[in-house]
Amino acid sequence: MSIEASGKPRVGLFATCLVDLFRPSVGFAAAKLIEEAGCEVHVPLAQTCCGQPAYNSGDTKDTREIARQVIEVFEGFDYVVAPSGSCGAMLKKHYPDLFKGDAKWEARCRRFSNKVFELVSFLTDVRGMTGVAARLDKSVTYHDSCSGLRELGIAQQPRQLLSTVEGLKLKEMAGSDVCCGFGGTFCVKYSDISATIVSKKTATISATGADMLLAGDMGCLMNMAGKLKREGSAMEVRHVAEVLAGMTDNRPIAGSGK
Amino acid sequence: MQFTAPQFKQNAARALVDPQLQKALNNVEKGFIAKRAAAAAALPEFDALRDNGRDIKNHTLAHLDLYLEAYEAKVKEAGGQVHWAEGAEDARQIVLDICRRTGARTVTKGKSMITEEINLNEFLEAQGIEPVETDLGEYIIQLRGEHPSHIIAPAVHLNKEQVEEDFRRVHTHLPASRDLTAPETLLAEARQVLRARYFQADIGITGANFLIAETGTSVIVTNEGNGDLTQSLPRVHIVVASIEKIVPTLEDCSQILRVLARSATGQDISVYTTFSTGPRRDEDPDGPEEYHVILLDNGRTAMLGSEFQDMLRCIRCGACMNHCPVYHAVGGHAYGSVYPGPMGAVLTPSLFGVDQSGHLPNASTFCGRCESVCPMRIPLPKMMRHWREREFERHLNPATARYGLGVWAFFAKRPKLYRSLTGIGARMLNMIGGAKGRISSLPLASGWTRHRDLPAPEGKTFTEQWAARQAAGKGA
Repeated sequence: MSIEASGKPRVGLFATCLVDLFRPSVGFAAAKLIEEAGCEVHVPLAQTCCGQPAYNSGDTKDTREIARQVIEVFEGFDYVVAPSGSCGAMLKKHYPDLFKGDAKWEARCRRFSNKVFELVSFLTDVRGMTGVAARLDKSVTYHDSCSGLRELGIAQQPRQLLSTVEGLKLKEMAGSDVCCGFGGTFCVKYSDISATIVSKKTATISATGADMLLAGDMGCLMNMAGKLKREGSAMEVRHVAEVLAGMTDNRPIAGSGK
Repeated sequence: MQFTAPQFKQNAARALVDPQLQKALNNVEKGFIAKRAAAAAALPEFDALRDNGRDIKNHTLAHLDLYLEAYEAKVKEAGGQVHWAEGAEDARQIVLDICRRTGARTVTKGKSMITEEINLNEFLEAQGIEPVETDLGEYIIQLRGEHPSHIIAPAVHLNKEQVEEDFRRVHTHLPASRDLTAPETLLAEARQVLRARYFQADIGITGANFLIAETGTSVIVTNEGNGDLTQSLPRVHIVVASIEKIVPTLEDCSQILRVLARSATGQDISVYTTFSTGPRRDEDPDGPEEYHVILLDNGRTAMLGSEFQDMLRCIRCGACMNHCPVYHAVGGHAYGSVYPGPMGAVLTPSLFGVDQSGHLPNASTFCGRCESVCPMRIPLPKMMRHWREREFERHLNPATARYGLGVWAFFAKRPKLYRSLTGIGARMLNMIGGAKGRISSLPLASGWTRHRDLPAPEGKTFTEQWAARQAAGKGA
């Protein structure tokens, strides 16, 4: 462990391509939370994407090249944290599969992957955070993003932290663990099927009557926010990190209002 | 059935705008999920049984040749016959030979996906032999000239009004004034009509949920008792089963039975679980005079030792499709093949070639719910991804998608270029999004904006802003 003079663990923040491009505020919220959890935050500028679009399209050669690049950029940190269950699972669970039997990279990748965590599970499971110092006088509903839920076991952790946000009321939706229909390139390749799936999702979201929709993955959030706005919903949509960090003054995802 | 997997997109488009189908699919989504969840919750050792089932199947597949030989010997010992069929055509021919030799005109059938796989009904009809489906769901779709849309609930895509219409159309010997509004009356009528057919049949054909090597036994699970009548009343019983149905012992079979019905319908166990070993013995009060097992390969051995071997653990419970958001949206017929849903997305390319079935493993969000409920713990998304790899290697995916991916990967591997490009992209999209913060139409992203708004970027990228703050010495 290369703990610096500060005595704090060094965290490499893997911002994810969607946060980098579409929602920088999530990156800043994540950085704030990681610092509150007693860590030093570093953002290597050589990061691009975890490689999922190539991986899920069957292009393992490019995926390996991208994975090696991510490992090289991030392996020097004590922890690697991503504000996304999907990218987190890619780095943690799928990268090791890519280098199975590779004499040079298998062990190196394993060491790297062991240090990777999704943001909320890092705060709670690794850093032992049990509450946050944030306030939000609104009712929220929380969508369990598939990868975070089923590949990393994230379900109770965000709810636990949200329950400590002063003024916040959690209104659970029916089937919070049902896919929103994003699925990476699926939503574009099978656009009509994806639209039907997200319509069912927005119906259950709207039925909660909550003021705000939260989730831990930008892909799902952009999909659900885009559909809610197309349907004329006034519901605010945000990444859970923004609420936990108390950073909810900026424009919600896909804008505010109808 | 007609193989329409290459037209998956067109099939799906039709299904999405079929209000009757959408209503029926809603019932699948609601009913099966809650029932499985309750059954699993009520059994503390449910997950341990899943591990156990996986281990039993893995062991069997590792020694499949030995168990198949042992099974064959036991069937012969019990007075039955085993026929080996490499492909669909071989299996059909073996059935036909038995029909011809015994002079059969009518064949009753228990529900069997494997006979769907080999298109047995169409074949028999063409040979002048009448196949009669005896499972209620199968009977209904046979009247309609359709095929199953679900492996355990073949007519799940229909409602009772449609069934009433079909019964009135076909059962013309019954009074037109009869009341068929309640499901019970429909059931009673089907039962009455089918009763006569059991006695007419010369041969009964069933599938098998399990074949037991230890005893040479075939096992079927049903909820209607039609399977028992199908296999015990006619003079000849033919079991058609694929080779991976084998388990070593009776004990192994009963272990896996504990997760089968719970995963499928949420029942502790199916209403009938019937074990058949050989033909009728002298002291038996009933049973067939001849007992035949047709062991079908049809591509299975090619899966052994490949990255698709785990798929051979499948026990056809249907839990994956019951929990699949894509299945809920388009239904079983859209998949254009015998096996729909996630299990079909893996199995169909194995059986019919990925060049023909490429849509199926691609039409998945990889949400992983199928794997999370699979009683045999089959890593379905992972195997769909393997099919995508095979497609990519063979350049079977569309050129535009390939090209787009190539361009994206080129930049993703060059961080500096990538950063300057995303920096420009973020500003442009932010501008287009304007004060509303969203884009309702973007020609290059029409796949997205046809159905939803595109959230606009906030302005500069995160890495740009972070770098600027670091440079200004402000930190986070």
